[in-house]
Amino acid sequence: MTTRLPITVTVNGEARERAVEPRLLLSDFLRHELGLTGTHVGCEHGVCGACTVHVDGRAVRSCLLFAVQVHGREVATVESLATEARPETLHPLQQAFREAHALQCGFCTPGFLMSLLPFLAENPDPSEREIREALSGNLCRCTGYQNIVAAVRLAAVKLRETAP
Amino acid sequence: MTTRAFGARVLRNEDPRLLAGQALFVDDVALPGMLHAAFLRSDYAHGRLNGVDLGAVRERPGVVAVYAAEDLGDYWRPGPLLVPPPPIARAVFHERTQVPLAKGKVRHVGEPIAVVVAESRYLAEDALADLYADVEPLPAVVDLAGALAAGAPRVHDDLESNLAAHVIQEKGDWEAARAAADRVIEREYLYDRGVAAAIENRGVVANWDARGDELTIWDTTQAPVVIRNGLAAMLGLSESQVRVIAPFIGGGFGPKIMMFYPEEVVIPWIAMRLGRPVKWIEDRRENFFATSHERGQIHRAKIAVTREGKILGVHDRFLHDTGAYAPYGLTVPINSQCTLLGPYDVPNYYSEFEAVFTNKPIVTPYRGAGRQHGVFVIERLLDAAARELGVDRVEIRRRNYLTPDQFPHDHEIIYQDFAPLTYDSGDYLPALEKAVERIGYRRFLAEEKPRLEAAGKRVGLGVVSYVEGTGIGPYEGARVTVEASGKVSVATGVGTQGQGHFTSFAQVVADQLGVEVADVRVTTGDTREFHWGCGTFASRGAVVAGNAIHAAGVAVRRKVLKLASEILEVAEDDLELGGGKVQVKGAPQSAIPLGELAARANPLRGAVEPGTEPGLESTQYFGPKAGSTASGVHAMIVEVDPETLTLEIKRYVVVHDCGRVINPMILDGQIQGGVAQGIGNAFYEQLHWSEDGQLMNASFMDYLLPTATDVPAIESDHVETPAPWNELGVKGAGEAGAIPVGALFAQALDDAFADVGLEIREIPLSPNRLFELVEEARAAISSEPP
Repeated sequence: MTTRLPITVTVNGEARERAVEPRLLLSDFLRHELGLTGTHVGCEHGVCGACTVHVDGRAVRSCLLFAVQVHGREVATVESLATEARPETLHPLQQAFREAHALQCGFCTPGFLMSLLPFLAENPDPSEREIREALSGNLCRCTGYQNIVAAVRLAAVKLRETAP
Repeated sequence: MTTRAFGARVLRNEDPRLLAGQALFVDDVALPGMLHAAFLRSDYAHGRLNGVDLGAVRERPGVVAVYAAEDLGDYWRPGPLLVPPPPIARAVFHERTQVPLAKGKVRHVGEPIAVVVAESRYLAEDALADLYADVEPLPAVVDLAGALAAGAPRVHDDLESNLAAHVIQEKGDWEAARAAADRVIEREYLYDRGVAAAIENRGVVANWDARGDELTIWDTTQAPVVIRNGLAAMLGLSESQVRVIAPFIGGGFGPKIMMFYPEEVVIPWIAMRLGRPVKWIEDRRENFFATSHERGQIHRAKIAVTREGKILGVHDRFLHDTGAYAPYGLTVPINSQCTLLGPYDVPNYYSEFEAVFTNKPIVTPYRGAGRQHGVFVIERLLDAAARELGVDRVEIRRRNYLTPDQFPHDHEIIYQDFAPLTYDSGDYLPALEKAVERIGYRRFLAEEKPRLEAAGKRVGLGVVSYVEGTGIGPYEGARVTVEASGKVSVATGVGTQGQGHFTSFAQVVADQLGVEVADVRVTTGDTREFHWGCGTFASRGAVVAGNAIHAAGVAVRRKVLKLASEILEVAEDDLELGGGKVQVKGAPQSAIPLGELAARANPLRGAVEPGTEPGLESTQYFGPKAGSTASGVHAMIVEVDPETLTLEIKRYVVVHDCGRVINPMILDGQIQGGVAQGIGNAFYEQLHWSEDGQLMNASFMDYLLPTATDVPAIESDHVETPAPWNELGVKGAGEAGAIPVGALFAQALDDAFADVGLEIREIPLSPNRLFELVEEARAAISSEPP
C-alpha cells in the first residue's frame, strides 16, 4: 500500500488531522474523508468549476490540488456559508441565488457560490461584463447563466447593504 | 382565502438544501464497508474480443473481485428493448441492444469489458492497468454516409448490413404535389452528434441487505420505477424487495433515462454477490463514451411550393446514426420525422428513414430528441423557398401556418407514443407577430442592418418556428396525503433533475387544499414512496405527473369537505379551505385545522366504515389519450466578427406557448437553459472522430460547452393556448428551448452573409467551419459566369 502522510488542515474553521495518500485529491479528501459532500465533482480536470473551494480565502479547484498540498492551510467549503438549510439562515449570496432562480439541478451551484464570494469581495458593484467574465470559469448546463448573472447583481446589492 | 399558487412566481422549496450543500446526490451516498468499482473499457471502436486476462488483478492489495462477461453466467444478457417499433406498416427493425459486459466483440470505444471492485476507487483504477483485454481490431463503421455501402464492415455480424431500421410514413400524395408545384427545391442537410454533458456524471450505488432481504439502489436515473421493475426481474427478486432511489440528480437531459446502462445492471449484481455495498461513479472521460449520445442524421429533402410560397408537399429521406445498439427503438428518428411538419399545413408528406448501426456510442434521446433535426430541415427548406421565390421569410411562414380552426389537427402519421400525430391545440400567428415585433424585424432589416454594414460590421437576423409534441403517455400517478401535522405530502414516480418539481407539484396541490406551497413536501424518484410510473422524459413531468397530482389533490379536497361537513353539520358548498384550515364560509370561529381533520379521519378507536378509507389521502393516475403540442418562435440578431468569425448574439427573443403556466419563473428558467444548450449544439459542441472511431475531444477542455460569456440574456414572452386534453391545461416545456436553435443560427448567419449567398446546410458550426463555408460561398460566386 502507498505511504500515507499526516496532514493538518483547517476546514471551515475546524482543525482536521488525517493521514492521507499523497495522491489523494483535495476534492476526494473533502468529500469522502471529511464527508463534506457539498463540494461537487464534475470533470476532475479543472474546467467545470463545480469543485471550487477556498484555500486561504482564494477560490481554487479542489480537483486540481492534492490534499497534502493544503497541509497547514485554511480551507472553506460551501458548508461554511450557512449553518442550516433554511431560507432565512442562508448567506445573502445563497438567498440571491434562490430569489433569482439561479439554480436548477443545483449540482454546479456550490462551485459558483465559492467562485463568486472572493469576486464580490473585490468587486462590490460589478458590471454585467465583469460578472459574466467572473462566471466564465464555471460551467452550468441548466440555467443558461442569465439568472446567475441576475443573482450576482442582487447579491451585490444585499452584500453592500449588510456591509459594516 | 388564499392567493392562487398555480401561475405564481413561487420560490423553490428545494433550493435551501441545494444551496447549503446538503442535498443528497448519488456520489454522496456513503455506507459502511462500501466497495468501489471501475470498468475496463474498450480502447477500440470495433474489434474481436478474444478474451480478458484477469489473472494477476485479484492478487493486488485492496482488490476484492473482478468480473468479465463470462463471470456473469446466466445473468449476462442483452438489455431490454425499451420502446418496440410503433405500429407502422412495413417498418423494418432489427433489435440489437447493449450488453452488460462485452462478449466476443467490442462495438464502440468505451464499451465495458470488465469490472474491478476494490476497497477504494483509486485502488480499483490502479488495478485496471493490470487487466489485459485481447482485442483484435476490426475496421470501424464511423462515417454515417458510408455505413450502408456494400463492403462496409458490419457492426453486428449476424445482420446482413448495418441497417437497424427502415421506416416510411406518408400522407397524401407527394407525386401529385410535386407535379402541381411551381417550384421544387431539393437540399442535403447534415445534423451531427453531441453529448448532453450534465455536470453530474452518472453513478450507481447498490446495497444488498441480507437481513432485511432487500436491495437498495441509488441511481442517477430519470426513471427509477422502470429501473426497479427491470432489475427485480433480472435479479429474480420481488419488486417489493428492490428500492430504487433517484435522489437529487445533477442534470438529466435524456441520457439518464437510457435503460439499462451496463453499470446499472452489473453493480447491483455485484453488491448481492459480495454482500457489501458497491459504488460506481462515472468520470468525465467515461461520460463521453459510456453515456448515450444524440444526433447524427443526413437528410435529402425536397419541398414543393406554389409561386406564392404555399407548401404543397415535402419529401424527405434520411439516414439516422443509432450507434452500436438501439435500445430506444425508433424514438429519435420518429421524432425527427414527425416534428419536421412543424406548425405548418403540409398536405402531402413522404418521409423515409434508414437507421444504421455504427461503431459509436449508443444514441438515445437528448433534450429535443431528434426534433431539432426535423425543425432544421423544414425551416431551412422554407428559407430556401423564400429566397428562390422572392418571398419574405417571415411571410412564407405566415402563409403556411395551421390556423386555429384546424385543431385538433391529425397529421395522419404515427408519433413516438404510438398514437397518431395529432396536435391538440395551437395558435401560431400571434407568437410569430410578437417575436417579429419584439426583435424589430422590419426596422432592423431596413435601417439598422444597412447602417451597421456601412460601419463594417457583419450582422444577421433569424426568425424560426417550431412545435414540440410533449406530455405523452402512458401515465403517471401520485399520492397526496394530509398529515396529522397539517402538512401535506405528495409522492410521485417520476424523477427530478432540476425542473423544480418540488415546487411546481406543490403549487398544484396547495391550491386544492388551501395550504402554503412551503408546507407541501414532494417526494419524487423513490420507489418506496411511489412505485408506479414511467419517468421524466419528453417534456412530460408537468403534464402527466402534474395532472395526476392535481387529480389526487382534488380527491383529497373532496374528503376534507365531506368530513368537515359532517363535523360542522353544514353543506359542503358552505365550506371553504385556506390557511391550512377548513371552515364555514366567512366564519373563522368554525375553522378546523387540516391536521386535526386528518387525525380524526384516522382514529385509534371507532370504525372506519366499509367502503371508505382512513385518512385524508388519495392516489390518482393520469394517462393522456395523446400528448399536447407546445410551440414557439425564436428570433435572434447576431454579429459576426469579420476577421475571426466568432459570434456575439446581440439579442435573443423567445415567444413560447406551453399552455397554462404553473410557475413562470421555473418556465423561463427551462427556456433559458434549453436555449443555452441549443446554442452549444449550434455553434460550439462537436464530437470529432478519427477514422478508426476514436473520439478525439473527450474532455471539457476540447468539447466546448457554452459559458456565461457565450450565452446572451434571453427575452422571453408567452402565448397561452391551454391544452384541451388535460384538466390543468398545461403543455410540456422542458425541451422547447433547445429545439429550433440550429435552424435559427443557420438563418441568421445566412442573413449576415447574404452578400456572398451563404446557405448553411449543417449543424454544428464553429468559427472554423463558418470560415470554410463562407469561403466556399465566395468561391462559388466568383466562379459564376457574369
